[in-house]
Amino acid sequence: MDRKIRVLVAKPGLDGHDRGAKVIARALRDDGMEVIYTGLRQTPEQIVQAAMQEDVDVIAMSLLSGAHNHLFPRVTELLAEKGIGDVLVIGGGVIPEDDIPFLKSKGIAAVFGPGTPTKTTIEFIRNNLKRK
Amino acid sequence: MSDIEKKDLPGLASYEAGVDKSLARFPERRADFVTGSGSPVKRLYTPLDAPSGGEAYEKRLGYPGSYPYTRGVQNTLYRGRLWTMRQYAGFSNAEESNKRYKFLLEQGTTGLSIAFDLPTQIGYDSDHSLSQGEVGKVGVAIDSLADMEILFDGIPLDKVSTSMTINAPAAVLLAMYIAVAEKQGVSADKLEGTIQNDILKEYVARGTYIFPPAPSMRLITDIFAYCSKNVPNWNTISISGYHIREAGSTAAQEVAFTLADGIAYVEAALKAGLAVDDFAPRLSFFFNAHNDLFEEVAKFRAARRVWSRIMKERFHATNPKSQMLRFHTQTGGSTLTAQQPDNNVVRVTIQALAAVLGGTQSLHTNSRDEALALPTEDSVRIALRTQQIIGYESGAAETVDPLAGSYYVESLTDRIEEEALAYIKRIDDLGGAVRAIEQGYVQQEIQNAAYRYQMDVEKGDRIVVGLNKFQIKEAPPKGLLRVDPSVGERQVEKLASLKARRDNAAVKAALVALEAAAKGEDNLMPPILEAVRKYATLGEVCDVLRGVFGEYRPSAMF
Repeated sequence: MDRKIRVLVAKPGLDGHDRGAKVIARALRDDGMEVIYTGLRQTPEQIVQAAMQEDVDVIAMSLLSGAHNHLFPRVTELLAEKGIGDVLVIGGGVIPEDDIPFLKSKGIAAVFGPGTPTKTTIEFIRNNLKRK
Repeated sequence: MSDIEKKDLPGLASYEAGVDKSLARFPERRADFVTGSGSPVKRLYTPLDAPSGGEAYEKRLGYPGSYPYTRGVQNTLYRGRLWTMRQYAGFSNAEESNKRYKFLLEQGTTGLSIAFDLPTQIGYDSDHSLSQGEVGKVGVAIDSLADMEILFDGIPLDKVSTSMTINAPAAVLLAMYIAVAEKQGVSADKLEGTIQNDILKEYVARGTYIFPPAPSMRLITDIFAYCSKNVPNWNTISISGYHIREAGSTAAQEVAFTLADGIAYVEAALKAGLAVDDFAPRLSFFFNAHNDLFEEVAKFRAARRVWSRIMKERFHATNPKSQMLRFHTQTGGSTLTAQQPDNNVVRVTIQALAAVLGGTQSLHTNSRDEALALPTEDSVRIALRTQQIIGYESGAAETVDPLAGSYYVESLTDRIEEEALAYIKRIDDLGGAVRAIEQGYVQQEIQNAAYRYQMDVEKGDRIVVGLNKFQIKEAPPKGLLRVDPSVGERQVEKLASLKARRDNAAVKAALVALEAAAKGEDNLMPPILEAVRKYATLGEVCDVLRGVFGEYRPSAMF
């Protein structure tokens, strides 16, 4: 029953800012989760494939380039297509408040902006897993 | 490092006794005081901590404009001319960015700084599948010479200096710039500006790499060789600590990893048969400025001293220009908060002041809204005005290296130098910067520092105003800049129309010639220039090179 929460930390698109993604990856690992980091420049297809291969409970995407409205929803669409809609999908990065309702409507459960403490993200994951 | 001894300071003992009494009654705010980078800070600095005069002064500090350049690379510095106020800008398409550059020039900027979108930086045309959603977002989309002509329309290239933040495909964008100048009737030897062209920090901290290290280094040294003959006033590289610091490094690591990269470029150029004094005068640097004013000033001073010694002692450069570390500074994007964003104006002021007190050659001040989006015109104006206030009102520009002789600043300068030299030694032992990066050493050091910082903030050991203390409830910010989402489609249409009207046979021939050159050893600049003149696209040129060189595949560690 003590299966660790498995998280894919992903960098979709061409953005190279990975400080946040790496800090989050390490904070989640230090909190006892199993973390897989994709590295840079992942297409939504690659992210979903990695999520399936690694059988993750959570996909945490970080993006600072402004392409979030295009790339984040593509990931949730693909998850639904593959029949694994029970993966919790969250996002973070430089994302204007105005875009968050749209992203939530597309299945991104939460969006964490700059300055969010890692423990806020950790608690959100622990409280909102779709897989029990 | 001082030539004074404790016995020369008879009053010090009674000061220390007084402190003990005070501490017994009022403990200090915290047990340990540290700099922005986490180095210990003493209660008081005295002549024991700094070169005081005579020989130690002459050897370690010297005079502005002379070796070891601790006090600056120019003897009159800002008394002659203020630093170049250069605001990094670019978004959407060439038309929109051209308007922003004209706005900035009207507002009194003295040089342009071009931000390219990510597809351009990674050598993809706007119609590539990986470009979807990214076109025009973090900078301007440039697919071909046709876009570049619009970008600089009405901007005479013999009158401005232009910095281009472009790395992996730097040769292609430089070639396009030269080709636009030709069309304006400006010959390449009149051009002034900079390409970033620093691939090593892309592998470590910024992520816009294309090719593996060996062919990337060849492209860089080809540019050195080509420009030394044809574009002599061009800064052929801007060896960048900025992004290393943004990725989370300390100030000393910023100096160390940047200069270690610099050493790797010099070694590559020497190996390619260039003479050090032919290319080294055009090497330039790019640093960050964070909030710890004194540590940042010390960082710039230490960087100059360390680099000049490396160039003189290790590479035997004799031209003084080869020994001078000239640098651009940008204030620290990662220090800005999304919370209470107007406070960022104050942070930027402190950081910009550090750059000026540190003797920067040019400066970009960030806008208050950059933790939220690309800056609006209003925000950019405040950022530029911040520089102008420092330059014209603060008095900081009226004398050269005003903080020299501060016991604290000199001590910090020595400490950063010492730490940087230790890192450079370690990197040398690993086989140089390229090997150290391939082994993940540099990345790991930066990540450790980034994580430490984040944990310090979360524990409250480090206060960030408005973020973990003095928070308020605030409404979401209004009036952020949004890039028109249709820019991608329009760019794709432009590209299709270009491909229909250009001489496709000439493009093909130019690309075949480029491929042959890439497989051989000839300098790649001439065939790239020929291809862009014929309106070969950036993606087409980079695809030819990808075919010959392959692509870099990093390991994903954290």
